[in-house]
Amino acid sequence: MKVVCALGSSLVSLVVSAPALAAASLSGAGATFPAPLYSRWISDFEKVNPETKLNYQPIGSGGGIKQFIDGTVDFGGTDAPMTDEQIAKVKGNVLHVPTALGAVVFTFNVAGVQKPLNLTPETACGIAMGKISTWNDKRLLSLNAGVTLPSAPLTFVHRSDGSGTSAIFTDYLSKVCPEWKDKVGSGTAVNWPVGLGGKGNDGVSGLIKQTPNSIGYVELVFAEKNKLPVAALKNKAGKIVSPSTNSVTQAFADSVAKLPSDFRMSITDADGAASYPISGITYLLVRKNMSKEVGVPLVKFIKWGLRDGQKICPSLSYAQLPAEVVSRVEKALNVIELK
Amino acid sequence: MSSSLSEKIFRTILGAFGVFIVLLMFSVAIFLTVGAWPVIRHGLSDFVQTQTWNPVNGQFGALAVLFGTLVSSSIAIAIAAPLGVGAAIFLKELAPARVASVFSFLIEMLAAVPSVIFGLWGFFVLAPAIRDHVAPIFYPLGEYVPIFRGPSYGVGILTAGVVLALMILPTMAAIVREIFSAVPQHQREAALGLGSTRWEAVRVAVLAPSKPGILSAAVLATARALGETMAVTMVIGNRNAVSLSLFDPGQSMASLIANEYAEASDSRHIAALMAVGLLLLVISLVVNAVARIIAKRSAAKWK
Repeated sequence: MKVVCALGSSLVSLVVSAPALAAASLSGAGATFPAPLYSRWISDFEKVNPETKLNYQPIGSGGGIKQFIDGTVDFGGTDAPMTDEQIAKVKGNVLHVPTALGAVVFTFNVAGVQKPLNLTPETACGIAMGKISTWNDKRLLSLNAGVTLPSAPLTFVHRSDGSGTSAIFTDYLSKVCPEWKDKVGSGTAVNWPVGLGGKGNDGVSGLIKQTPNSIGYVELVFAEKNKLPVAALKNKAGKIVSPSTNSVTQAFADSVAKLPSDFRMSITDADGAASYPISGITYLLVRKNMSKEVGVPLVKFIKWGLRDGQKICPSLSYAQLPAEVVSRVEKALNVIELK
Repeated sequence: MSSSLSEKIFRTILGAFGVFIVLLMFSVAIFLTVGAWPVIRHGLSDFVQTQTWNPVNGQFGALAVLFGTLVSSSIAIAIAAPLGVGAAIFLKELAPARVASVFSFLIEMLAAVPSVIFGLWGFFVLAPAIRDHVAPIFYPLGEYVPIFRGPSYGVGILTAGVVLALMILPTMAAIVREIFSAVPQHQREAALGLGSTRWEAVRVAVLAPSKPGILSAAVLATARALGETMAVTMVIGNRNAVSLSLFDPGQSMASLIANEYAEASDSRHIAALMAVGLLLLVISLVVNAVARIIAKRSAAKWK
């Protein structure tokens, strides 16, 4: 009897809750970089909003934009904002919502060097262009007094797969290095002048660990999680700054004056004495015109991410949005029309 | 009546299965051709003769990946063919039955190892070994012969070729062993009876008639190497450039596609990746067809 009762009541609850569940099931896809953060956000958000189910597939920024344009997902995720051409494809029906910040850091494997190295825009350019080919190059030695750099050849390691990390890195080089801008340019995949390619952050860091006297770049989150040695970088103001969640947030804060109303902006090579120069914004893509079924829970989730979600960022090594940006984004959410 | 009806139904269903496979093959080819059209519209000759692969300005040439695929696969078969034939001779002609069955089992197990495992081994064990122990031996030679020019980074075309060799070795050994099994026993006995040594008997009575079979086994094994993706990505160095030195990093067609398709959003970039896929498909089909033709000819000869 008891069993039947329990079965009966659970059946009733199933029937009752099923429509509500179906109404608030949202799917998104896109950038892999913020995926660990989003999955944490989703699980925390669902605890306080059990009626909403969210799902985020980390398929890459390019794929996220594609699926968003095709309308197969409720929201997209990307590290690089959509281009004008892509926005035209959705007839302007898109809002870029900055959610968190990331950074790209140099990591290296040089025998006997444990301390963080110092680099400048010129030396970063020289390494990626293949112009600095040994570790005891004068330009590196003068920056790193007190560090014994070997006379060994320097091997540069880059991403072999298309990635937002490469996009931020090459965007930075295009700004600080005229030769790079002319010969290579920026993008998720470029024609690298020198070096070895590794697939993914782990592919790059694996190659660096395996190859003596090598240097390459990975995401800050990945470097912190794996405790990789990183290099500090001289910024636009001429100060040498270590990569950290604070110095990345600072890079955005120092660029806020230039932030356009659609939030599409590069924050590499930012002004300001404390900003780390290879920083980037990651976005959620949402439609300005949505159905209520999708729009209400999605906007609720985004607002939660901008408030409560930001507090989670540092514990996962993501940099928070500056407070001013949060309030501007919250205002911008008002343009969303729900039908 | 009913039995002939069931026969008919059975035939139709099986026929549909057969047609389905053919359609699948064609649909893949059509899908790739349509996708690659913007790039191959003006003919493939430019595409396969240009080395630059630059997604930023939309300049795409497949020469570097074509080169990387063909060279790494050639290294693979150059190593795997003699090893595979040697192993097959040992297993079929020399080893005691019990030893042979254990060895055969182990070689077949090798074929079951997932390619990523070969990749990991290549990356962590083979690459440093080549960089630190093998390449330095050839450096003095490299001053005169460009294919041995250093330095070696560990990962590179040669490393990819050796990893591929191990991956196709079981295929090679297993097929060749089967071919040897098809050689009539009395042929061996006749050779021995005429006073030949063990080696002479193997050479004259087993190897000679198996030649076409061995050749087609080698071609089939090469076909497997051409399309291998994961293990190659891990050890080839992923550099889109033609370089004569075996120690230099390179890139293969399959590895390039796997690396770039996820983030390719520009339509020309996607078309170029499709064109590389089409090229790989065509090469694989040609290689397989060659293997078939060789096998068929030899079969006709022995009838």
